[in-house]
Amino acid sequence: MEAIWSWFEWLYEAHGVNLSIFYDSLDRDRFFFGLLTTIRLSLICIVASVVIGVVGAWLQTSRFKWTSRLVQGYIQFFRNTPPLVQLYFFFFAIGGVLPKVPDASGHMVPPIGNFTWAAISLSFFAGAFNVEIFRAGIEAVPKSTSEAAEALGYTRLQSYIYIILPLAFRVCLPSLNNNLVNLVKTTTLAYVIAVPELLYVSSQIWSDQFNVREMMNVLLFTYVGLVAVLVFMMHRWEKTLKIPGYGR
Amino acid sequence: MAESDWTPDQPMVSAKDVHKSFGALEVLKGISLDVMKGECICIIGPSGSGKSTFIRCINALNPINSGSILVEGQEVNDPQLDKLELRKKVGMVFQQYNLFPHKTALQNIMMAPIKVLKEDRDEVEQRARHLVKKVRLDGKEDSYPGELSGGQQQRVAIARSLAMRPDVMLFDEVTAALDPETVKEVLLTIRELAEEGMTCILVTHEMGFAREVANHVYFTDRGVIVEHGPPKTFFTEAEDPRTREFLSQIL
Repeated sequence: MEAIWSWFEWLYEAHGVNLSIFYDSLDRDRFFFGLLTTIRLSLICIVASVVIGVVGAWLQTSRFKWTSRLVQGYIQFFRNTPPLVQLYFFFFAIGGVLPKVPDASGHMVPPIGNFTWAAISLSFFAGAFNVEIFRAGIEAVPKSTSEAAEALGYTRLQSYIYIILPLAFRVCLPSLNNNLVNLVKTTTLAYVIAVPELLYVSSQIWSDQFNVREMMNVLLFTYVGLVAVLVFMMHRWEKTLKIPGYGR
Repeated sequence: MAESDWTPDQPMVSAKDVHKSFGALEVLKGISLDVMKGECICIIGPSGSGKSTFIRCINALNPINSGSILVEGQEVNDPQLDKLELRKKVGMVFQQYNLFPHKTALQNIMMAPIKVLKEDRDEVEQRARHLVKKVRLDGKEDSYPGELSGGQQQRVAIARSLAMRPDVMLFDEVTAALDPETVKEVLLTIRELAEEGMTCILVTHEMGFAREVANHVYFTDRGVIVEHGPPKTFFTEAEDPRTREFLSQIL
């Protein structure tokens, strides 16, 4: 391991390519922490936005007018405004008016930290798109299929959970993929409220090391890798969900 | 609940003056019929005559506008209707099978008793395997619907319905989407059921089946029952000109 680190040091000294995140232990730790924060934020937002999508789509099909209106309003709000503005809105407009609470050492701090605000804001943002994605999937399930479930005594919720949703999921996985990939990339916006994710820690590093060009390359490659892992897993999942004799 | 008054010597399904409209279109204009326990009745008639609509009203898939349908004494046309209670009693098989494509044949059969009736999984599986044999699909337990032929899928659908241990079975043109070869296997399964004493209500175009198996045949046209009778007399001594015309076209 040491040999690799010192090779990068030599690379810098001999050729001027400054990849300090490999040979400098402080930068390495910072970058690694940023990577972890990005992964953590992405995973939380993926799960939360999918849950929002599933629940929202269910409420949209509800017999009560007001629930589907509520969901419609939510979608309009989050789809028609820039995610950057949403983030600022949550952090400054809502976070700013919440009363402060004492932390463990007695300091008065905001009740919701910047990481949590980023997670909330981005989940709602991606969730709005997920609702529409799941709705499209649900509408692709033939009405006769849910009718058969109804005739067997399933309640609406049971038939949604056991029959409609599993089928809808398979239909909408490709568009869900797209949205989740977008979500992972959008986590860089958390930079603006100082969440120490990849872009934020990288900017710290290049401020100290003046290696903007190197860090830009590192950032791009890291995101290519992150998204590739996500896409790989989604495709694996798509394959395991494939039904023999159904669809393509 | 009026259910408790019901005794097996009363009609299991009793429809009285059933009216049903879709918007301005009146599809059922006063249908009345009684089905006793263990009877097998066939409803025939030209398409658009309301026979499928009627059979779907029996298990409340279509709400009716007026009249009354009693299933074992339970009023289907009741806003307070306990749908689960009704659907436990009434099984239904559809023209397009409507199996759940993401579940194997066996899972299709087992799902409702486990999820809806909350029955014990092992006990349900035993029953399901028995039903698979009964509809002659041994070895197809783990096949997905997409891997089965139409006739096989339809027999899974019958088994799936039977797994709920219904008292009445509704068959809505269950052979209409099948090729002639597979029609036979499905009809044989239904025939065995009827002979075992299952109460069956079929909407069908299979006149041969109606003649051999049914206890009673109803002919519907434009939302009313034009004529009915036991198959022996119905097919040979039909009186109404509409019935005669229909029979002459189809036989």
